[in-house]
Amino acid sequence: MNAAPLLQIRDLQKAYVLDGVTIQALRDIDLNVEPGEFVAIMGPSGSGKSTLMYILGCLDVPDAGNYQLHGQDITRMDGDQLATLRNREIGFVFQNFNLLPRTSALENVETPLIYAGIGKTERRKKARATLERMGLGERLYHLPNQLSGGQAQRVAIARALVTQPSLLLADEPTGNVDTATSAEIMTLLDELNRQEGLTIVLITHEQEVAKHARRRLFLRDGRLEMQA
Amino acid sequence: MNWTTVLQLALRALWRNKTRAMLTTLGVVIGVGSVIAMLGIGSGAQQRIAAQLASMGTNSLVIRSGSVTRGGVRTGAGGITTLTRDDADAIAELPDVVAVAPSLRDTAQVRYRGTNWGTAIQGVTPDYTIVRSWPLAEGEFITRRHVLGASHVCVLGQTVARELFGLTSPLGESIVIKGMACQVIGVLTEKGATAWGSDQDDAIFAPITTVQRKIKGITHIERIELEASDREASFRLIKEIKRLLRQRHRLREGQPDDFRMYNRAELAETSEESARVFTWLLGSIASVSLLVGGIGIMNIMLVSVTERTHEIGIRMALGARQRDILWQFLLEALVLSTAGGVLGIFLGLGGALAVARFSALPVTVTPVSVLVAFLFAGLVGVFFGLHPARKASQLRPIEALRYE
Ligand SMILES: Nc1ncnc2c1ncn2[C@@H]1O[C@H](COP(=O)(O)OP(=O)(O)O)[C@@H](O)[C@H]1O
Ligand SMILES: [Mg+2]
Repeated sequence: MNAAPLLQIRDLQKAYVLDGVTIQALRDIDLNVEPGEFVAIMGPSGSGKSTLMYILGCLDVPDAGNYQLHGQDITRMDGDQLATLRNREIGFVFQNFNLLPRTSALENVETPLIYAGIGKTERRKKARATLERMGLGERLYHLPNQLSGGQAQRVAIARALVTQPSLLLADEPTGNVDTATSAEIMTLLDELNRQEGLTIVLITHEQEVAKHARRRLFLRDGRLEMQA
Repeated sequence: MNWTTVLQLALRALWRNKTRAMLTTLGVVIGVGSVIAMLGIGSGAQQRIAAQLASMGTNSLVIRSGSVTRGGVRTGAGGITTLTRDDADAIAELPDVVAVAPSLRDTAQVRYRGTNWGTAIQGVTPDYTIVRSWPLAEGEFITRRHVLGASHVCVLGQTVARELFGLTSPLGESIVIKGMACQVIGVLTEKGATAWGSDQDDAIFAPITTVQRKIKGITHIERIELEASDREASFRLIKEIKRLLRQRHRLREGQPDDFRMYNRAELAETSEESARVFTWLLGSIASVSLLVGGIGIMNIMLVSVTERTHEIGIRMALGARQRDILWQFLLEALVLSTAGGVLGIFLGLGGALAVARFSALPVTVTPVSVLVAFLFAGLVGVFFGLHPARKASQLRPIEALRYE
């Protein structure tokens, strides 16, 4: 139904060299993600899931192959262009939350807006509204260590969404929280995908979590396999 | 990202580590403080020397009877009897000589009623006050008539006046010098100490003839001071006077001078130069401590970059560009150093005031030295902050993010 995929990957390769030993982390990856999709990438530990996510998120560059985001070839971009792209188009949610330490929830959510060059009042307003939408209106001035795991992850999701990115990348977002909180977070992601058409690529090794996605892919030894 | 935002980020990051930030700043505070205090002490000394030189009269020459070898025995300076008042009169005839003051000196225990005071007795002529540019406070100075008549009159320096008479006026009173009664006809103004620390006001001035005949019992003199019309003339006169005196003293070719001569202009230049060197020396020693403060900043910033590598990774994931990270860390260093600069200015001023209060040294803190110290502190911040800031900004996003 859609003419242009949000992201398009062709024949992508990525290897790490550690102490003279080459580890082929990703081989011959082909992947299309359409706008509004909810994709889960599964696979055992060490299969290359995080590596793939870093490349999708423009935090790292592939050794070979082609990666187009919104029709732009990211392999030709320099560091600052990639930074701008991350800022505008991509929201990250990490397993360990990655909130800025000793920084309030509100300031954490404001941070991407700072790098987008948005003024202070506007920044405050947006950050506050996004946190309220995540049900954290009472926790604006809490520091990361004063939040529960579920709350911290919702702050991280608010921070990922505050710039209204076209792609949300979540690397094991439920890995550090209990089952109840996990369900809560997945419901939130479901809603965002269904109601707002947010494109989500989710990495997980939990079947339960992957079930929320509309499409599931399987990584094994750096190769991508389709799953029903 | 605009400046106020970066500044806010930097300030917030520093605020999160208050104690560390304050301790880091302390190095710069001490550095800037000592630069300001040291320059203040140095330029105070410089001004004092300049004032003293001005009070001495910088176009003046001094001739003293000097040592000579007679049969292998070298007499000390002043042990020669060849310098006379006629020499002084001959010198007065030379062009560009404004005034000539021959003199000789003795020390004596001086009595006035119940008190007594040990001081120097100077035998002088009327021109003495001109050559020394030393005005009278009250009364009159020694006149030609007093000299011709070897009168029993004297003029007191401030110290002697104070020691013998306290607050009452000594004019018209009679004091006793080596058993000779002398009437006080005048008091000189306060002259202060020489650059070498001796009190110029601790002296009594009497007609040269009175000191020669009635106190010392000699016919020669010990010293001739003269005022030249300008600095250049004073340099030229040195040669002319040397020729004149050698001729008058019938010194043959190859015989050493029986007098010594020095030029106060030359002395002035040397003293001014050494005061400048002194200031520079103090300033550079203090700068070293500022440099050490700067290294402290770099040290802490490097630790901070390493510690915050993961945070830098998160910021990069959220869209921070290299220059955003660079400026944040650079501004952190700059805030530390300029805050240190401001506090250091107060410390320096306080230190300078304390030194001025508890020692006799004059201290002058100039706005220029304050500005220079402050700018230097800022420069230290940029210089020592740049390396850690660059290091932070050049981290690769993925490696920074993975760093634990
Ligand atoms: N920075 C790195 N240096 C060297 N090897 C790495 C690095 N990151 C990941 N690897 C290796 O690449 C492979 C894939 O890792 P990763 O993408 O983290 O897998 P996953 O997220 O599926 O557990 C693993 O064998 C891992 O050891
Ligand atoms: Mg992983």
